Amino acid sequence: MGPCAGAPVMSLLEVRNLRKNFGGLAVTDDVSLNLAKGDRVALIGPNGAGKTTFVNLVTGQLKPHAGSVHLDGEDITAASPSRRVQAGLVRSFQVTRLFSEMTPEEHVALALLQKQGRSGRVFGDYRGMPAVMAETHEILALLNLDGIAQQPANSIAYGQQRLLEIALVMALRPKVLLLDEPAAGVPGSDTMLIERALERLPGDLAVLMIDHDMDFVFRFARRVVVLAAGAIIFDGTPAEVSRDPRVREAYLGSYADDRSQA
Amino acid sequence: MSDMPVNSVTTRSWQRTALGDFWAVAAVALVAGALFLLFPTNLALLTRIIAVMLLVLSLDLVTGFSGVATLGHATLFGAGAYAAGIFAARFGVTDPLLMLAIGAVAGALAGAVTSLVILRGHGLSQLVLSIAVVSLAHEAANKLSAWTGGSDGLSGIAPSPLFGLFRFDLFGRTAFFMAVGLLLVVFVVLRIVVRSPFGMLCRGIKQDPVRVRAMGAPVYFTLVKMYAIAGAVAGLGGALSAIATKVVGLDSLSFTTSAEALVMLVVGGTGKLFGALVGTLVFVWFEDRVSAINPFHWLTIIGVLLIGVVLFAPKGLVGAAESLWARVRGRRS
Ligand SMILES: Nc1ncnc2c1ncn2[C@@H]1O[C@H](COP(=O)(O)OP(=O)(O)OP(=O)(O)O)[C@@H](O)[C@H]1O
Ligand SMILES: [Mg+2]
Repeated sequence: MGPCAGAPVMSLLEVRNLRKNFGGLAVTDDVSLNLAKGDRVALIGPNGAGKTTFVNLVTGQLKPHAGSVHLDGEDITAASPSRRVQAGLVRSFQVTRLFSEMTPEEHVALALLQKQGRSGRVFGDYRGMPAVMAETHEILALLNLDGIAQQPANSIAYGQQRLLEIALVMALRPKVLLLDEPAAGVPGSDTMLIERALERLPGDLAVLMIDHDMDFVFRFARRVVVLAAGAIIFDGTPAEVSRDPRVREAYLGSYADDRSQA
Repeated sequence: MSDMPVNSVTTRSWQRTALGDFWAVAAVALVAGALFLLFPTNLALLTRIIAVMLLVLSLDLVTGFSGVATLGHATLFGAGAYAAGIFAARFGVTDPLLMLAIGAVAGALAGAVTSLVILRGHGLSQLVLSIAVVSLAHEAANKLSAWTGGSDGLSGIAPSPLFGLFRFDLFGRTAFFMAVGLLLVVFVVLRIVVRSPFGMLCRGIKQDPVRVRAMGAPVYFTLVKMYAIAGAVAGLGGALSAIATKVVGLDSLSFTTSAEALVMLVVGGTGKLFGALVGTLVFVWFEDRVSAINPFHWLTIIGVLLIGVVLFAPKGLVGAAESLWARVRGRRS
């Protein structure tokens, strides 16, 4: 598999010339990006570069001012966020979004039922559905959440909430997965669990992950995209990225500064 | 990931919910039976309480479970009451079960239609829209007096015997038993609905609609559907009240009734079906007793009751009882 984002026919996700301004500020400045089956891409860039905004535009939480998004060759620029998820385009959130009073078990079961098109049913308890229960606990076990499966989400540690966020997106069985800093807020020892979960994802899934932890990024990604001030300034292999002078100037320097502040 | 522990967890929690349903129904039936024996001359009041319970249960579905703010919920109760009443008084549809069915359908339709308006707003604007809806409905019922009797109320409702056997007697016994039966059925059905995947989805929407969309589930449509279900429940309450009292007044469709229903729900505890039942029983019972002595005192008591609940039992009477029970059990074990 070549590192270049060529071959448009092969692309699962195709983002063309996306633009978004907040006030006068171009937060997404003519961004084009393709993801093919099996891609493992890291999207990096300094704080405020527009990474989360890019994910919001692609998944429909925000409307772009220009440009288009295509999934499997179909133009989904006008589709609602839930429609996009149904089509297989799933994201996770940088700041955890969970149902505070629901348990991890309920979260994952609901996501599974949603994926199976059964979330609208007004009768039947998922606890009485052995297949759903087995799959739910399989996913929870993968993220070490089995022990707290019955506690409300607002009573579990933040690191565990982050893991639950990953469990949720896994249950949705995506074709394209956009992970917004999945390891942020997770204690060092538990990032292993996230990596293990990501390794278990089906091989033909296309994954784009945002993260600031370079070691994690380099272990995970076969292609790195760098965003600075809303524009893509680099798209290539992990080996090349640390040598690129523009990247060093725009990002890795300030990244080192961030680290020393944190 | 062996199947054994999961399956045993499944059956255990399954049995527990079935047992929970049984005790819940038994508790409601027992309380109804006790009230029947203790207050045989107050059956009309008890039946009215059950009709209002259906309204408050319905409100709990959209507000307590799904997070929709509304001060216009009596619209759905009134829709059921007027539909059942008009069909009985003007078209001779006097079978009580048929009248209940008409009330449920009218309530569901009113729920679905008004939700299209109410769900356009969020927070305060949602409250304002709901008040606008109930005001318009009230005014429409007032203006269409040829059908509704206007401010005089709709009279001439003469329900035929229940199952063709039991007349609606002067003491209100038949009406009371029908009301209790209806309440038990609705209560069980709603317990199933709030546990279902759909019920979970509604709770999810209340807690974070953005997350629900990011799971691929529709927020708007789910809420419209919940509104239709809630409308059917409130409509049943309205139809029950039309059958039991044989009149339908404009107050069944009023802002005041809507606001009172919300107070009852908060007193009992939102987001729990028992909260709706307890809140209504306490509120209407006190209202009846105290206002018979002195209407001024009643308003004072509502005020004190509300302040007391909000300060000392923010999760309502049922919520307070639950945490007390949890404390007692925690100390024992
Ligand atoms: N809703 C909004 N309204 C106005 N400005 C916004 C909005 N969302 C983001 N911005 C601005 O857009 C820029 C990009 O924000 P974004 O969250 O996309 O950055 P990011 O690359 O994800 O940063 P981080 O690494 O800190 O998560 C920032 O300057 C931010 O202040
Ligand atoms: Mg971000």
